[in-house]
Amino acid sequence: MTLITVNGTEQKLQVDPATPLLWVLREQLELTGTKFGCGIAQCGACTVHINGVAMRSCVTPVSAVAGQNISTIEGLAPSPDELHPLQQAWIDEQVPQCGYCQSGQLMSAAALLAKNPSPSDGDIDDAMSGNICRCGMYSRIRKAIKLAAGVQQFDPALVDVGQGLTNG
Amino acid sequence: MGKWTRRGFISAGVIAGGGLIVGVAIRPGNRASELSKHVTDDDETLLHTWVKLDSNNVVTAIVPHSEMGQGVGTALAQMLADELDADWSLVKFEEAPAISEFANYPMAKGMLLAGADLPDFVVPTVDGVLILSAQALDLQITGGSASVRATGHYGMRVAGAAVKEMLRIAAAQAWHVPVDQVVARDSQLIHEETGRSEPYSAFAAAAAKMTPPASPALKRPDEFKIMGRDVQRHDLPSKVDGTAIFALDVRMPNMLYATVRRAPTFSGGVENIDDTVTRSIEGVVDVVQLPPAEVNALVGGFSSAESVAVVAEGYWQAKKGMDALNIQWRATENDAVSSDTIFAQFERDISAGVDRQSDASEGDLNASMTNAAKVIDADYRVPFLAHTCMEPLNATAVVEDGYCEIWIGCQSPLGFRQAVADSLGFEVENVTLNNCFMGGGFGRKSRADYAIQAAQLAAKVGRPVQLIWSREEDVRQDFYRPAVQSRFRGALDEVGNLTAWENTYAGKMEPAEAPLIPYTVAAKEIGYVASPTHVPLGAWRSVDHSQHGFFTESFIDEVAVAAGQDSYEYRAARLKHLPRQLAVLRKAATEAQWDIPLAPGRGRGIALQECFGSIVAEVVEVTVNDDNLSVDRVVAVIDAGYAVSPDGMKAQIESGIIYGLSAALYGEITIQDGAVVQSNFHDYPSVRMSKAPAIETHIINSGEAMGGAGEPGTPPIAPALANAIFNATGKRIRQLPIKNSVLNV
Ligand code: FES
Ligand code: FES
Repeated sequence: MTLITVNGTEQKLQVDPATPLLWVLREQLELTGTKFGCGIAQCGACTVHINGVAMRSCVTPVSAVAGQNISTIEGLAPSPDELHPLQQAWIDEQVPQCGYCQSGQLMSAAALLAKNPSPSDGDIDDAMSGNICRCGMYSRIRKAIKLAAGVQQFDPALVDVGQGLTNG
Repeated sequence: MGKWTRRGFISAGVIAGGGLIVGVAIRPGNRASELSKHVTDDDETLLHTWVKLDSNNVVTAIVPHSEMGQGVGTALAQMLADELDADWSLVKFEEAPAISEFANYPMAKGMLLAGADLPDFVVPTVDGVLILSAQALDLQITGGSASVRATGHYGMRVAGAAVKEMLRIAAAQAWHVPVDQVVARDSQLIHEETGRSEPYSAFAAAAAKMTPPASPALKRPDEFKIMGRDVQRHDLPSKVDGTAIFALDVRMPNMLYATVRRAPTFSGGVENIDDTVTRSIEGVVDVVQLPPAEVNALVGGFSSAESVAVVAEGYWQAKKGMDALNIQWRATENDAVSSDTIFAQFERDISAGVDRQSDASEGDLNASMTNAAKVIDADYRVPFLAHTCMEPLNATAVVEDGYCEIWIGCQSPLGFRQAVADSLGFEVENVTLNNCFMGGGFGRKSRADYAIQAAQLAAKVGRPVQLIWSREEDVRQDFYRPAVQSRFRGALDEVGNLTAWENTYAGKMEPAEAPLIPYTVAAKEIGYVASPTHVPLGAWRSVDHSQHGFFTESFIDEVAVAAGQDSYEYRAARLKHLPRQLAVLRKAATEAQWDIPLAPGRGRGIALQECFGSIVAEVVEVTVNDDNLSVDRVVAVIDAGYAVSPDGMKAQIESGIIYGLSAALYGEITIQDGAVVQSNFHDYPSVRMSKAPAIETHIINSGEAMGGAGEPGTPPIAPALANAIFNATGKRIRQLPIKNSVLNV
C-alpha cells in the first residue's frame, strides 16, 4: 500500500509501485485534469506539484512520492468559488485553444510564480519551455503570466512546500 | 459562395416548458447540374441549425461543428445572437448530437457550389466524390475552415433572423400594434410608444405556433452588434480548472484500458505473435488482434492494416504488456523504402514527366523561355509531417446487445458513427457517438481508425474499453502531410519582368488551386505527376497550401532577387489585378516597417497566400548570429472578408503560425526500411516558449465573402521565414525542415 496526499486529501493506494503518478491520478483517483501527452517528460501536459515543485507525473513512479504532498490542477484554485490569479489571467487573455495542454501550463506557471513573483521573460522561458502547446498559444501564456504576476496573492504551491516540510 | 439561391425551409415547434425551438433546413434552390444528379428528391431537406428559446429567456444555439480549439461554437453563436438581437449574456451553445438531422449540409453545399475548396477529408480528388459523400453520409465535418463561412452564414444567421421576426409578430399580435413598431433589443421586445417591454420568452409559445418566414431579412454589416466584437469564449472556464471533458477523461464503471500497435511498415500484418510474457503481467486482461479497417467512409481507398491490442486494468499495464509482446510482422514489398528512395522516385518522375497533369496553362511558355534574358531553376522539397495533436488518439466504447456507444474527439462525428457501425456490422441507428472536446485535430481526427479499434475491442472483451494510443503509435501511424518535390523554372526579360513560370511537382491532394500563383506573368505552366508511395496520406492543417505556399512564395523571392528588385515591391507590382491581395501585402509591409533597414545579421522576409477563402500575408524578422537562428517577430495580416470574432481570429492565426513554424524549423518524418523513424516529441519537436516569436495580427474587414481562419495562418510562415533567412545571410533554404540546413535552430 502506498500513501500519498493529493490536494490536501490523504489517499491509500493499492497499485504496482512502479506505476507513474499520472495514471494513478487519472485512473485510481479519477482526477482527469492532469493530461497525458508523451509519457517521456517531453511535453509537460502531466505537470503537477510535488511539495510545491513542478514535476512530470508521467515519469514519476508513485513509490517515489509516497508520503509527499501532491497538488494537481483540481487543487490550484484557493476555493471552489475563487480562481487562482493565473486561472483568471488565462481567461482574461483568452489563452486556451483546445485547452488540452493548459492544466500543465498552469501548474508550471504557478510553480514559477510561487518562487519568483515577478519573473523576467528569460525566467518565463526557462520555467515554461518544458510545456508544449501544439495550438501555439505561447504569446498569450506569456502575457497571462505577466498579468497574474501583478496580482499574485495566493499560491497553493507555497502551502504545499510548508506542509511538505512539516511532514518531513 | 452565394451563387446558389437559398430556398430555406424553417420550422418551429414547442419545447418543454413552453419554449420555442426553430430549425433551419436548406434544400437546393438553383440546382447546379452536378448536384442535381445526386439530389433527386425535390423535398429533400436537412436540418442543420437549431435554436432554442427557453422560459428563462435563454437562447441556446445547437452547433453542428466540433470544438477542436478554434472557438467555433462562440463564433457561430455570435452570428445567431446578432441576427436575433439577443442579450449576449443570455446565449449558450451546445454541439449538435451526431445524428443526421444535424448534418452539416451547408458546408458541402458551400464548397460544392463555390467550386473551390475541397478538403481532403471530404474528397480525395475534385471529381464529384464530394457530392456522393454529402448525400450518402450526411456531412458533419469540421474542416476546410468552413464553420463560420458556410454554417454561420447560411444557417446561424438565418435562424436568428427568423426567430426574431416570429417573436416580433407574436408581440405585435399580443399588444395589438403594427409589427413594424415592435423593436427587438437585448432579448426584449419593446413598443416605444406605449413603453411596453417584455422578454422574448413571453412570446415563445405564441411564436412556436407560427409558420416561420421563408427568407428573413439579414442585417447589413453596419448593423452588427455582436458580430465583430470580442467576446469571451464560453468553453474557457472549464479549460483552466481541469473540468473540461476530453475523450481521454471519460470514466465508466468497470472500464478497461487498452493500447494498440500496427505494423511499422503500415501494410504488414501479423506473421507471428508470442504473448506469453504479456499475459503473465498482472492486470493484463487480453491480447487481441484487430482486423484491417476501412478507416474513413468519407474518402475511398484508405485502409489501415490489422493491429494488435493489449487490454488491461490500467493504461500502464496495457503499455507494459504491449512492450513485452513479441510480434513478427509480415514482410511487405515496401520494406526497403526510405526517404532517399522516395525523393529519388519524385526526382525521376518529375524529370520523366510521364502523365503530367496540368493545373494551369497560359501563354506561350516556350517563346517566353527562348526569349528570356535570364532563366533561373530551383528544386524544392518538403518531408512527410505528422500531426501530433496534443491529445493522443483515444476513444472509449461500450458494445452491448447489438448497441454501441462511443466517446471520442473527432472532426467528423457522422462519418465516424457510420464507420463504427460498418465495422461492427450494426445499423447506424444502433451506434451513439458522443463527441467530446478535442485536444487538437489538425486534420488527423478526420480518420476513423481509432474509433473502429475501440469499438471492436469493446465488442471483443464485453466491457467498456478506453483505447489510448501511445505518442509513439500516434507519430508512427499517422496519415501524413505528403512529402513533395517541386521543380521551378522562371524566365525574366532584360528589365527583370517575370515572363514565364514553369512548375512541376510530384504528388497532389487538394485544394486544386494550392500551387497557383496570384502574380501577373506572360506565360505559365503549372502541373504535377502522380508519384505514389506506400505512406498513408491525410489532410494536415491547410492541406496542399502548406507545401505549395513554401514553394511558390520562395521561388517568387528568388525571381525578385534575380531581377535585382525588392521582394515586396516585386510582388506588389504584379498584383495590380488583385486589389485584396495587394491591400493585404501592403498592410503587412507597412505594419512590419518593411522600408526601415535592419542591422547586419538580421533579415526580413515576406510571403502571401490565399487559402480557404482568406488572404494572409506574413512578414518574419530573424537574427542569424554565427549560424544561430532566432525568429524574432511575425507580423500577419488577414482578410477573411469579415471577422465575426476578431480576437478569436487572431488566436487562430497565432496558432497557425506556430504550427507552421514547428514544421518549418523541425518537422520531419523520415522513412527507413519502410517505416517511420521518429516516435515522440524528442525527435519530432515542436516550437516551445523560448523559441516562440512575438506575433502581431492585423485584420482587414474587406466585406467580401467570408473565408476561414483555422488554416490560412499556416502556409505563409515557412516561406516568409526562409526569405528572411536569405535576406539576413544570402543562403536560400530550398528544403525543409531548416534544422537540416547549416543553421542551428
Ligand atoms: S505526458 Fe508527461 S511530459 Fe508529456
Ligand atoms: S491549447 Fe491546445 S495544445 Fe495548448
